Amino acid sequence: MSNIPAALKYAKSHEWVKLQADGTVIVGITDHAQHALGDLVFVETPKLGRKLAAGESCAVVESVKAASDVYAPIAGEVTETNVTLANSPEILNSDPYDAGWMWKQTVTNAGELEVLLDAAGYEKVIAAL
Amino acid sequence: MPFIPHTDTDVKEMLAAIGAPSIDALFGEIPPELQCKGLTQVPEGLSEMAVSQLLRGRAAEDRMALNFIGAGAYEHHIPAAVWELTTRGEFYSAYTPYQAEASQGTLTVLYEYQTMMTELTGMEVSNASLYDGASALAEALLMAVRANPTNQSGKVLVPKTLHPFYGEVVNSITHAQGIRQAAIDYDAKTGKTSLESLKAYEGVKPTAVVIAQPNFFGVLEDVDALTDWAHAQGALVVAVVNPTSLALLKPPSEWGAKGADIVCGDGQPLGAPLASGGPYYGFLTCKMPYVRQMPGRIIGRTVDLDGNPGFTLTLQAREQHIRRSKATSNICTNQGLLVTASTIYMSLLGPDGLAKVATASMANTAALVAKLTQIPGVSVVFDTPRFHEAVIRLPKPVAPVLEALANEGVLGGFDLSRHNPELGQALLVCATETKSEAQLDRYADTLRRVLAA
Repeated sequence: MSNIPAALKYAKSHEWVKLQADGTVIVGITDHAQHALGDLVFVETPKLGRKLAAGESCAVVESVKAASDVYAPIAGEVTETNVTLANSPEILNSDPYDAGWMWKQTVTNAGELEVLLDAAGYEKVIAAL
Repeated sequence: MPFIPHTDTDVKEMLAAIGAPSIDALFGEIPPELQCKGLTQVPEGLSEMAVSQLLRGRAAEDRMALNFIGAGAYEHHIPAAVWELTTRGEFYSAYTPYQAEASQGTLTVLYEYQTMMTELTGMEVSNASLYDGASALAEALLMAVRANPTNQSGKVLVPKTLHPFYGEVVNSITHAQGIRQAAIDYDAKTGKTSLESLKAYEGVKPTAVVIAQPNFFGVLEDVDALTDWAHAQGALVVAVVNPTSLALLKPPSEWGAKGADIVCGDGQPLGAPLASGGPYYGFLTCKMPYVRQMPGRIIGRTVDLDGNPGFTLTLQAREQHIRRSKATSNICTNQGLLVTASTIYMSLLGPDGLAKVATASMANTAALVAKLTQIPGVSVVFDTPRFHEAVIRLPKPVAPVLEALANEGVLGGFDLSRHNPELGQALLVCATETKSEAQLDRYADTLRRVLAA
């Protein structure tokens, strides 16, 4: 049974989005994703300042059995990345929604936030897999 | 007799099973104008006996001339044990023996090779080899573009003292990926890359700077100054080195204040015979932070389920069978046999033996240059410290002189007039540890006669 916090928004490609008070968002991958990947050995986050388009492949998570692309859920500019993941990628497995956050970015188009799935919507997506 | 195991009955049964009237019908979708209707220009086959006699006769025409050509491939003595072991069936005919469950022996040898290359170059990690030195340099530059966080221009500074074939190969491989080479002039007097000409590139923010040591002319470059300049510009330093020279010279990890970032070159001098140009192999080593950008196979040491030590291919997510178009390179192989030979060669010689080979080669080249410059009209071009090659100037055009020397059984050197016309009638000569004093004298005497004629 996968953990899907109600307060977050989700992309079909298994990223979660958390809206911050200052209008930026935090992005990571879901519990379902980290579980499917297995033990992570390497995480590559997008460069600071990079301008992302919605759906653009911008990060990589590599586990013992697969290397997966991570996609920007919405358009924006990368403002911060989680540097602890470089030496401790396993944090993404143990705490995907909090300490395992991947990057923070601005929101270019607020409308794109509306189109993201809520917890119930994401739960339907993974149930259908 | 064709080496196809199917009998006519087998073929008929297979065609019937798939419902095809004939084998030719299976190729029916190829337009008739593109189909080859038999090989009309290939003569009838000969028997094994006839072929053996024909080729033995041809081989006898090889007069085993005395070789003084270097220019990127060097004749060194290879102890008999090297190829005696390397041609064992377990090494020689094994196909892609990289599965951890079946090939621990091969993987162990490759791990030893990687270890030796990191020790020679002073780097922290090595891959299991690439095709050759030139393509290794191309891969190193593509790597630098991916790995350099500050300068992403794709502009690469390449000295004019780099082997001309390497420059051409780099261009072929990298041009379509946006890498642009800018050539750095060398000092006409010393044959070294000139710091003066580098000044013109300040502010350009090059992604990488290539430093060849020794350079194509055999000359030793000011690697410290070049490395520090490159790093000050935000560029990564890609070193192209002769592995034998590393037995005597300080490793690229000690160049300048921070050392080179990526080191590559051709491993031919370490146990691969000249063999008309190949196969050789390229080595590629780097500092640990760049390992994920390094292409090629990498062998890692690990433990199995029971805690026993073992070896396996590692960091495979760089490679195309996992990352496809996002892989670090399209290369998916290495030169396992040549690398096996090199590892045995390096094991037999050890660091002391390799240093002796390097020293003897330098001494022989110095002796050769001294003898040749006694001949009227022959002079040395760069009076600068060199490894085991030197550029000499002849009083006559080089090509006819080389032909005359060859007719007397002496391969005099590499004609520089094609790639370096600015040097005039210049010849690149090389004498390794394989040459005796008598052989050096023979070259000098023959050249004296040829020039006097």
